[in-house]
Amino acid sequence: MLRAKYQNVIDDLLSRYPVKQSALLPLLNLAQKEEGYVSQAAMKEIAGILDLTPPQVFETVTFYTMLSLKPIGKFHVQVCRSLMCALVGADNLLGWLQKHLGIGVGQTTQDKMFTLSAVECLGSCGTGPMFQINDDYYERLTEEKVGRILEDLRQTGDCAMKSGPFLL
Amino acid sequence: MKTFDPILLKNMQQPGYTGSLAEYERAGGYQALKQVLAGVPPDDVIDLVKKSGLRGRGGAGFPTGVKWGFIPKDHPGPKYLCCNADESEPGTFKDRQLMERDPHQVLEGIAIACYAIGAQTAYIYIRGEFRLGAKILERAIAEAREAGHVGADVYGSGVTIQIYVHAGAGAYICGEETALLESLEGKRGKPRTKPPFPATHGLYQKPTVVNNVETLANVPHIVKRGSDWFASIGSPPKSTGTRIFCLSGHVCRPGNYELPVNATFRDLIYELGGGMRSDKPLKAFIPGGASAPFLTPDHVDVQLDFESVALAGSMSGSGGVTAMEEGTSMVWAALRLMEFFYHESCGKCTPCREGSAWIVQILQRIQNKQGRREDLGTLTDVCGNIGGRTVCAFGDAEIAPVLSTLKYWRHEYEALIEEAETLNAGRKAKDIPVLSVS
Repeated sequence: MLRAKYQNVIDDLLSRYPVKQSALLPLLNLAQKEEGYVSQAAMKEIAGILDLTPPQVFETVTFYTMLSLKPIGKFHVQVCRSLMCALVGADNLLGWLQKHLGIGVGQTTQDKMFTLSAVECLGSCGTGPMFQINDDYYERLTEEKVGRILEDLRQTGDCAMKSGPFLL
Repeated sequence: MKTFDPILLKNMQQPGYTGSLAEYERAGGYQALKQVLAGVPPDDVIDLVKKSGLRGRGGAGFPTGVKWGFIPKDHPGPKYLCCNADESEPGTFKDRQLMERDPHQVLEGIAIACYAIGAQTAYIYIRGEFRLGAKILERAIAEAREAGHVGADVYGSGVTIQIYVHAGAGAYICGEETALLESLEGKRGKPRTKPPFPATHGLYQKPTVVNNVETLANVPHIVKRGSDWFASIGSPPKSTGTRIFCLSGHVCRPGNYELPVNATFRDLIYELGGGMRSDKPLKAFIPGGASAPFLTPDHVDVQLDFESVALAGSMSGSGGVTAMEEGTSMVWAALRLMEFFYHESCGKCTPCREGSAWIVQILQRIQNKQGRREDLGTLTDVCGNIGGRTVCAFGDAEIAPVLSTLKYWRHEYEALIEEAETLNAGRKAKDIPVLSVS
């Protein structure tokens, strides 16, 4: 599966480290990008690539919060809830999202488009409130912006309001 | 405050600067690397950095040149440099800007550090959420390799420097240097017991230096302009150079500000940050990221250097300054930070793993007006059994918000408990809702 599609990427990753196991997180990140979550099949395959046992892979996966063992929505909305964002309205942001999406924290919309999570600090404390959706940051959010972002993603799968290189 | 010419943020403050290799070279980039590879002995580079007084910008403030000097010279096998780009201390967002806006400045610092300690391979451990930063760094490394600034036999000097980006997957603790090494080895990111230190037994048990992004970004400037120049800035002899302070919270202009460390919190919060965003005055501020004890408005004239902040009873840490306005509940603020620490405790040491859960439970109880009179004593007791009793500094960090808010704003805790007592008077214990930590 991963090997069939990404043999070159895997070879490049393995060439970077003197010890194969170091490629574990990069491969898990790759697997999650491919399937949207880390499946049992992917963990077994990665174990095979790195000469590890599947439980060794599993125990590592469970340590890292960005890796999901369950399928999630197409867009994973992760709201920073830590103090610095909370001071400037992270709780309001969570409220707007729950209203717009009609789901609670930790839930996925019925059409499998959006999963909503509240997470700890995303390193964007000067530009809160903010969330990350898949690979992209969206900062200095207002209720109006949130509505537009969700709509854009629903319609086109992309949104021009995502952050570029940090500007402050 | 005197106007100040920034060092690290200088390039990116030029209009239209995108951080490409051509622009970085035009601004004098990679000259420092060329200079050292043209024949400066590695030991001289280490001496230069020692004399500059540069200290780690990640939080601990350890002298960088001294750290490099710990690497055994006669070690026969490989040595490694790890650039700590895990930036996950709440309140800190400077490394993100350095990597996204001027990546070659960081790469040049990494290359010079590799040469100084004799490492052929460097890994940039970047937090998994910084996808954009990782992409920008990958692109910059490819550009630098193409131009011969990194790779095999750089500038025909015979020196090999390979730099790779390694993304984490969302664990705060991986910013702790030995947890970072564990994670880089493909394991759960749990800190190692020290000694042995990474200088002798680091990545793959080989001699390893772990330096923060901002620390390394300073290195090319020190090489180019000399250690005396760097040591004259700031608050010599102990805290030299500039630091990028990340201002967040209830201020008019949050953001990253590069300042000589002899500036004060007043300069940062009021002059650069424009003061409080509403008509409410400053109530409290965190001077160095979530792990630093809270300070009060009485401390705004304290200088930003490591020693002055320590003297005021806190720490300059990672340079993340968070200002809170009057009206902010300090119990709520401590709880929010404590929930962060509870979530991020790696679970290796019992006092931290169990203690963080207990503290969150007690704080939630007080915040939700279910507190009891004995809770404050219990909080102090639990904190006392965490601090200094864990493998890494996380244990000391997690108790900072609780103990410092208890020190300065104990009356807020007491008021909530009194409210609880009034509310629950006459209720039987079994009728008082029990809270559990999720």
